Amino acid sequence: MRTVTIDPITRIEGHLRVEIQVEDGTIVGARCSGALYRGLEEILRGRHPLDAQRITTRICGVCPLAHSTAASLCLDDALGISPPRNGQLLRNLIYGANFLHNHILHFYHLALPDYLPADALPGALSPGTDEDRRFSREEARKLADHYLQALDMRRKAQELVALFGGKMPHDMSIVPGGVTYRPDPGDVAAFRFRLKEIVDFIRGVYIPDLLLLARRYPDYFELGGVGKLLTFGCFPLDGDRLFPAGAVLDGEPEPLDPAEIREHTARSWYRGNGAQHPREEEAEPDPDKAEAYSWIKAPRYRGEACEVGPAARAAIALARGPGGFREAAGELLTEAKTGPERLSSTMGRHLARGMEALFIARAMEGWLAELDPAAPVAVAFTLPREARGQGLTDAPRGALGHWVEVAGGKIARYQVIAPTTWNASPRDEKGAPGPIERALQGTRVSGDGLLEAGRIVRSFDPCLACAIQ
Amino acid sequence: MRGEPLAVVWFQGAGCTGCSVSLMNAAYPDIKDLLLDEVVPGKSITLVFHATLMGPTGRPALEVLDRFPGEAAGDYLLVVEGALPTRHPNFGRVGERPMAERAAGLARGAVGVVAMGTCASYGGIPAGAPNPTGCVGIGELLRREGIDVPVVNVPGCPPHPRWFVETVAHILLHGPPRPEELDGVGRLRAVYPDLVHDNCPRRADFDVGRFAPAFGAEGCLYELGCKGPYTDANCPYHEWNGGVNWCIKAGHPCIGCCEPEFPDYPSPLFRKAGAEEATGAFRRSG
Repeated sequence: MRTVTIDPITRIEGHLRVEIQVEDGTIVGARCSGALYRGLEEILRGRHPLDAQRITTRICGVCPLAHSTAASLCLDDALGISPPRNGQLLRNLIYGANFLHNHILHFYHLALPDYLPADALPGALSPGTDEDRRFSREEARKLADHYLQALDMRRKAQELVALFGGKMPHDMSIVPGGVTYRPDPGDVAAFRFRLKEIVDFIRGVYIPDLLLLARRYPDYFELGGVGKLLTFGCFPLDGDRLFPAGAVLDGEPEPLDPAEIREHTARSWYRGNGAQHPREEEAEPDPDKAEAYSWIKAPRYRGEACEVGPAARAAIALARGPGGFREAAGELLTEAKTGPERLSSTMGRHLARGMEALFIARAMEGWLAELDPAAPVAVAFTLPREARGQGLTDAPRGALGHWVEVAGGKIARYQVIAPTTWNASPRDEKGAPGPIERALQGTRVSGDGLLEAGRIVRSFDPCLACAIQ
Repeated sequence: MRGEPLAVVWFQGAGCTGCSVSLMNAAYPDIKDLLLDEVVPGKSITLVFHATLMGPTGRPALEVLDRFPGEAAGDYLLVVEGALPTRHPNFGRVGERPMAERAAGLARGAVGVVAMGTCASYGGIPAGAPNPTGCVGIGELLRREGIDVPVVNVPGCPPHPRWFVETVAHILLHGPPRPEELDGVGRLRAVYPDLVHDNCPRRADFDVGRFAPAFGAEGCLYELGCKGPYTDANCPYHEWNGGVNWCIKAGHPCIGCCEPEFPDYPSPLFRKAGAEEATGAFRRSG
């Protein structure tokens, strides 16, 4: 048996180390280690509750809107308020734009180089290896051009966020009770124009490129599966969510029960074994804990390590979501010659991102048409001395929860469980591996495993700054 | 004279990648121009290491990083994004070694260091009280280690891409900034010339005492906690993201994200700053 350490895993957000054990050409074991602890939950303690809105946004510069959204839901809950309809439409438009940015960036700039020829891109951006490259020279040249074009498109998607969100990264508009920005009619036109350009790119370039990748690498629908899925849903409006919440533990979708979440720390650098609900959680860092190997905690739902992200959203939305999604998803699955049971796989995750990018962009066109520039965007509130709140949403990378406890007008406890906390979690006290660890296990590899492991890990779009705050 | 491109090693510590994403939002020149073209006539940069964007992964990526300084000593610019944890080696590692140790080693052979963002400049969010991991900016780390390399700070959470481009253009044209070109907190004077408040489009509201009572309302945001009167940044005239918006235009109080004491001094972020704060340690003269 050979142990291969991949450190750093590049083309993801943050500091992740993955160790695989390879025996007879198969990965027989894997360990994911989050390598950076900042202690944001500690830093939030004792601060004014509204500070959480802007400080948690800064947990991550790639998906700040995920934390901005979760924090606003969490503080809304603690304050007993909800935004006016116009404010909710604006929150959804801002957040939707962050999804579009994320998926374009992930596909072209983080994941695609795993499949491009050694010298396809400028300088250090090039993958530097020709192992298992299957695109024709012409296809590779076109994809490399799209990589550069996508740099512009992701910039425009950030401008789309900023139009109503103030600035990017780290939006400055979403607040408890709504948003601060009242767009004028000119902003609505500017938003529409940019959105249209991005929709055209998704439809005309991103989706065809995605299908080309799926055609050349169909075996990756068989690699990197997890099976157990969890989503909190996202984009609330009129009492519903565009993507519904739910879980798949035994093959059948079931409703979400947030009381069933626990964070374990048996193999994480924190005192004790954890297994606490985030509402009650105490977790002091212990950087010398001998049996630990990661700063990531191990969240479990009903005791299970669940994959979160686009595959989970798609699986639940196919069962219980809007008809528009089922149609769009069905079409893409057929074109890719695969089925919903393959969503939880390396290629399935890429496909799920593509299908929801187009669906979200279309939903945004609808929300924009409903926007009333003259209507209020926020409700006023007074801050209670004592309160508790919970904010659950899906982020581009999956289920994200924020929990706050306010005592004496200050934050007494703030807990975050982010998508990559779920996906890249280490073993729990029962020894059960986290989803990425499980996805790697059993994979046939050609060489030292670096190639296959990189492709599988990146299909989860890991974000380590989120995973460990 | 057209010389070799200046090699850039981009090292990430305790951060969030927001500074990298912000740089990718640059327009005129955009990120492609910066990577592929000359930044100023006859001078260009070449990105040799950036963990978020580079092609190689694992050992091949680490081998690139481990080449520096080595024979490249004196020939590359180090950009640091994120703070450096100093309390325990296990709080942050890259390629098995503590981040702070790697950052110091890379800085030792660099022609200069650009601290990209408030975390790399002063510690920023991870250094917020009680600073659980002992995070410091790269300048402070190098002072502690006795490493004498020119450091220029480009604070902001994140910095405007333009501030980075201006700083790099300065380095390409004139070399790493001399001490007299920097202000009291290590920034190029030309890049952080005045207070947000000095050029704020809501300044007239402030002057006549017309204050917004709640989010989404008209008027100056001072009563809602705006730190513009104490924050050096030219956001009002460059605006953000291709000029589509910025914090105060979006009705959100400035939170002082460029300031060395961020996030502690401006906290609570949404409480009106008192007169005593306006004369405190954070108000530096150039």
